[in-house]
Amino acid sequence: MGRFVARRLLQMIPVFVGTTTLIFFMVRVLPGDPVAAMWGDKAPDPAQLAAFKHRMGLDKSMIQQYLDYMGNLLTGDFGQTMAGRKVIDVIGEALPVTMRLALLAFAIELVLGVAIGLFAGLRRGKSFDKGTLLFTLLLISIPVPVLGFIFQNVFATNLGWVTPTVQNSENLGQLLLPAVVLGSLSLAYVARLTRTSIVENVKADYMRTAVAKGLPRRKVIGTHLLRNSMIPVVTFLGTDLGALMGGAIVTEGIFNVKGVGNALYHAINLKEGATVSGFVVVLVLVYLAASLIVDLLYAVLDPRIRYA
Amino acid sequence: MRGASQAKWVVAAVAVALAATACGGGASGGGDAANGPVDAAGTFSYQSSEPQNPLQPANAMEVGGGRVIKSLFKGLVDYDPATGALRNQVAEKIETTDAQNYTVTLKSGWTFHDGTPVTAASFVDAWNWGANTKSGQINSDWFSDIAGYEAVHPEKGDPTAETMSGLKVVDDTHFTIQLTGPVSYFQYKLGYTAFSPLPKAFFTDPAKYGQNPVGNGPYKFVSWEHNKAITVAAYDQYAGADKPKNGGIVFKNYSQSEAAYKDLVSDNLDVLDQVDPADLASYKSDLGNRAVDQAQGAIQNISFAMYQADWQGVDKAKVRQGLSMAIDRETITKTVLNGSRQPADSWVAPGAMGYKAGTCGDACKYDPAKAKQLVTEGGGVPNNKITIVYNSDGGHKEWVDAVCNSIRQATGVECVGDPKPDFKTSRDLIKKKQVQSMMRTGWVQDYPLNANFLRDVYGTGAAANDAGYSSAEFDRFAAEADKATSVEKTAELYQQAEAQLAKDMPAIPLWYYKTTSGYSNNVQNVKFDSFGDPVFTQVEVKQK
Repeated sequence: MGRFVARRLLQMIPVFVGTTTLIFFMVRVLPGDPVAAMWGDKAPDPAQLAAFKHRMGLDKSMIQQYLDYMGNLLTGDFGQTMAGRKVIDVIGEALPVTMRLALLAFAIELVLGVAIGLFAGLRRGKSFDKGTLLFTLLLISIPVPVLGFIFQNVFATNLGWVTPTVQNSENLGQLLLPAVVLGSLSLAYVARLTRTSIVENVKADYMRTAVAKGLPRRKVIGTHLLRNSMIPVVTFLGTDLGALMGGAIVTEGIFNVKGVGNALYHAINLKEGATVSGFVVVLVLVYLAASLIVDLLYAVLDPRIRYA
Repeated sequence: MRGASQAKWVVAAVAVALAATACGGGASGGGDAANGPVDAAGTFSYQSSEPQNPLQPANAMEVGGGRVIKSLFKGLVDYDPATGALRNQVAEKIETTDAQNYTVTLKSGWTFHDGTPVTAASFVDAWNWGANTKSGQINSDWFSDIAGYEAVHPEKGDPTAETMSGLKVVDDTHFTIQLTGPVSYFQYKLGYTAFSPLPKAFFTDPAKYGQNPVGNGPYKFVSWEHNKAITVAAYDQYAGADKPKNGGIVFKNYSQSEAAYKDLVSDNLDVLDQVDPADLASYKSDLGNRAVDQAQGAIQNISFAMYQADWQGVDKAKVRQGLSMAIDRETITKTVLNGSRQPADSWVAPGAMGYKAGTCGDACKYDPAKAKQLVTEGGGVPNNKITIVYNSDGGHKEWVDAVCNSIRQATGVECVGDPKPDFKTSRDLIKKKQVQSMMRTGWVQDYPLNANFLRDVYGTGAAANDAGYSSAEFDRFAAEADKATSVEKTAELYQQAEAQLAKDMPAIPLWYYKTTSGYSNNVQNVKFDSFGDPVFTQVEVKQK
């Protein structure tokens, strides 16, 4: 197990370097000059433009800029925004907000998704099962922006339960509505995955054995059925956590949540290479950590899967 | 003209409203049932965005930082929000006899928010610093009229001096400005935020100061929560003519204007910047008498790539006029743009001094038959096809398509939009003069004077001359206008320069921008100036 973790951590290095390299160049080969765009419709002042580029290191060759960037990254320096703020500060402000939003969404999809999937799977073919299939199909087919606007209109404008946008991004209660919107798509997938898995496993030999042993129903379902059925769900949930972190751009925009999505949107608009790369680096780390946890969880869920 | 009468109506309405509040105080506004008792210490929120630069007066070109700076600083002069006329603020008087040498006398009693007095040196030091290449200020070329600018801001390399020779402090309340040549409307430029004074404390650490600015304006800085909000509070020692009628402003960040609109409708946001396109059709019915719809000092044009051989020669002016005549401005502004623009009849926006209705003449009136005739007479368009370069991230696609449609139907010239992914990309192409036939261009006033719409956009070699237009006649009128002894005379002479544009048609004026906005039930007396900014100091917060 220890060797497995070590190997996985080592594997992360090339993945990390590869993704950061890719994103670094991808952002920088986008057409348009971010510095000149600071002057808007007006012509940039050539002396100022040159001075600015020099200060930002943008007058160096792309390779040199890349080496500088990667070198600084190793020392934990993510560079500066064009407004002169440290990128790490920008990330530090946005990340906790999105983390909270994503974890809330994650908790909703995990608890509700597994519960709905379990009940639907155990009552296969009954009306609850059919209802679940219909309901999840609906969720999957509605694009997130549409769902966001519907929720905004129903719960804020019509019912007046909440404010249309989040007034305080640090307030968990206010984040609940965007979290539901953000988690709803995955909720549908989790419910369906769980249901299918349950339906398959409920007829398995070990289930019959467990029932024959006279184990209480709660234990049969909880330890035997659910545990074995969770493997595909955990795989999905692991990658989904990363997707939730990065994919909140739309949801955060609709509800004006001051998180990663908002900051990233702003940075992409300004073509701020350093900020975009910085956020992607962090997101890559989140993905890597999540997939590592998933792999470790396999061992916990099913000891037959051996490592080493 | 429809445009002129509308603008006048707005000006008159604002004037009446200002007069009413000035004489009546708390008891004013009997005609408006929604008015209630006012909380003079109440704060209100305003839709904003994260500033792109530190909050330094010469470093704010975009609205996110610009509006905050405007509330924190006050220069020598500003523009009366109701009429757009120049008004003295820190300046007691600004005198000149030759439009080149100015003597400035300051009022006494002005202080910065840290309590230090505003002196002649506060201005001279600030301007010298702002002009210096090393300071890295976006607006530094605003000081380029001043003698000695070249020394602190050479075309290339490091500055050779720290100060401009054209600025001299006489004593605490007097200083002189010498320009490189006569600029009759220099005082108009002085209303721009770049010319704000700075306190001594600024120069010890400008970067740190930019996160925590100390100004001399109606509001003092309270806090800046990055990407969330900037809060300012009324400054009780403010010596200006426009004392705040409220306790402060929260500039609240929104990345999507739809979200801001939703907040406004539910009274979670007090003043909107602009209604988003999706809600334009319904905002008047949503907001009732809290909806705002008035002219702004900004114009949308499409310009010709005059540097391409295809567009040169005398006859081609006819083709350009014909194309302009082929555009049905009335219908497009009403339908495609939901009435959020006002058809243009000149190259200067109404509200700016020197605006003259109808300078574009018949060329801005829709006449498909005449349009076709002119295009044919002028020898037609190369390959009978034109393209309009625009940025697809700014909501321009719909109207560009409509304009092309109009041109196609009227003249038979094939016309298509040529979208570029974003503003930066299209600007790159335009700046490098690689546009083939036409491009979207626009101009937002820096100060409400026609010279700003003409000289800075159509003068030979002017920084914003995207069309690459060059006319000896235009330049002659402009030069004469700059030497005039009064601003009135300048405005008049620039009208003659504008007449030259009607002959050459280097750019087709399409429509003027409008401020389409609104405010919540928590506030009243919300007026907008011709820059499209709310008159922050006039906003009254209702008692809860």
